[in-house]
Amino acid sequence: MRAMVFAKRNTLEIIRDPLSLFFGLGFPVILLVLLSIINKNIPVDLFSVSNLTPGIAVFGLSFLSLFSAQLIAKDRTTALLSRLFTTPMTAMDFILGYTLPLLPMALLQSVVCFLCAIILGLKMTWSIVPTILLLFVVSLIFIGLGLLIGSTLSEKAATAISGALLTNLCGWLSGTWFDLELVGGAFRDIAYALPFVHAVEMGKAALAGNYQDIWPHLGVVAGYGIVLLAIAVTLFHKKMKSI
Amino acid sequence: MNAIDIQSISKYYGEKHAVDNVSLSVAQGELVSLLGVNGAGKSTLINLLTGLITPTAGDALIHGKSIVKDPHQVKSLLGVSPQETAIAPNLTVRENLELMAGVHGFDRKKTKSKTDELIANFNLSTVEKQKSKTLSGGWKRRLSIAMAIISEPKVLFLDEPTLGLDILARRELWQVIEKIRGTATIVLTTHYLEEADALSDRIFILKNGRLEAAGTSDELKQQTGTTKFEDAFIKLVMDGEKA
Ligand SMILES: Nc1ncnc2c1ncn2[C@@H]1O[C@H](COP(=O)(O)OP(=O)(O)OP(=O)(O)O)[C@@H](O)[C@H]1O
Ligand SMILES: [Mg+2]
Repeated sequence: MRAMVFAKRNTLEIIRDPLSLFFGLGFPVILLVLLSIINKNIPVDLFSVSNLTPGIAVFGLSFLSLFSAQLIAKDRTTALLSRLFTTPMTAMDFILGYTLPLLPMALLQSVVCFLCAIILGLKMTWSIVPTILLLFVVSLIFIGLGLLIGSTLSEKAATAISGALLTNLCGWLSGTWFDLELVGGAFRDIAYALPFVHAVEMGKAALAGNYQDIWPHLGVVAGYGIVLLAIAVTLFHKKMKSI
Repeated sequence: MNAIDIQSISKYYGEKHAVDNVSLSVAQGELVSLLGVNGAGKSTLINLLTGLITPTAGDALIHGKSIVKDPHQVKSLLGVSPQETAIAPNLTVRENLELMAGVHGFDRKKTKSKTDELIANFNLSTVEKQKSKTLSGGWKRRLSIAMAIISEPKVLFLDEPTLGLDILARRELWQVIEKIRGTATIVLTTHYLEEADALSDRIFILKNGRLEAAGTSDELKQQTGTTKFEDAFIKLVMDGEKA
């Protein structure tokens, strides 16, 4: 109940910020349209709409970290969080309250992204449904990262890290903009040690209906998601005891 | 049973003794002021009592419950208006009040009636639909205080509530305080000595984290051989230093 009240507040706080709506929904759509246009003129297999869509969808989800990190960091600086720490809210109420609003947003983002892709020529197949469900697992990574960044850094640093660094890292290391095999070497190894490229490849496999290729990517993605969320929860518990 | 029983509480930050071995009691329904110059330890003492920081040594009981052992139970008794204005910026005035009622576990009906009541008492009806970040500083302050009172706390902490309020708003707040006085125990800090003099049943004066003096305004005047409370205060905090 307390968690739901707080979740409602956080939802309002995020959707009433027009900039976050633009970056969360508009930006990925614009990218998808732009890259499709490029692809029409200079066809590259990497930029075909079926290859592009999972990558853009994952990239779009990276903005979830920005929303939550910014919100939490701001709540800390405006003393709202310490005010709420003096109420009977538990650490779990806080974590649920900050997490729950992002789940429907993650779903909405993926749906919008795929609708747009269909308009741009993506074949409508049933495999879109499991792909969107798998993207839901991906969103856990970004939600966990957002909690982590927001509860440790200042608002400025949180915005910079989650808005600039994380989204770029996610973009560059996911194999969406260029083929990682072409770069190879350490760059490729780093990319594969991180979850982003796994998230995109899992999405591509699911979308193509090659369900046997989802593993081991799903393992890496879910593993990262669970570990990050666990760290975020532990950290928040600690924070509540000593601000 | 006393509303507040502070038992030799201390809070050290390294070498700095922000609160140093303070013991005092406040009876239920009493209104007391916590006075002292900047940095005397007033806010730190309030943060200790409201569970925001943990004591280096000592303990305090709120309605018989230990702030160290039963912080969760203590929190359900408290209302806190922090020294810094603490509101949710993208929520309207009404939504901010509803948020606080909700996190204290009020149901829908009670939330509505308490919100209406607070909006009337603090003359907030003209701005109730306005996003709180667009309010002027003084109106934010009123909202922040109203948010502390909405939960019908047994013990209310107001840290410099009248800071930045115009004379009309201050009068209004005094009226609200008079209204809840007796039903709630109130701990107030302020730098307006005439305010403390007029409102409080008893006054505690902190100096360098230690409790320097305690008593009614008359007792403190008598103790220092002064006729004006301001003179008594200055004498007490300058004691042992060159005036
Ligand atoms: N987190 C902290 N780390 C180090 N020192 C601190 C911390 N919090 C407070 N202090 C120190 O403790 C002392 C008491 O601070 P406090 O905020 O309680 O004063 P105050 O009486 O509320 O003053 P004011 O009237 O200015 O609000 C100050 O010297 C302050 O610098
Ligand atoms: Mg203070």
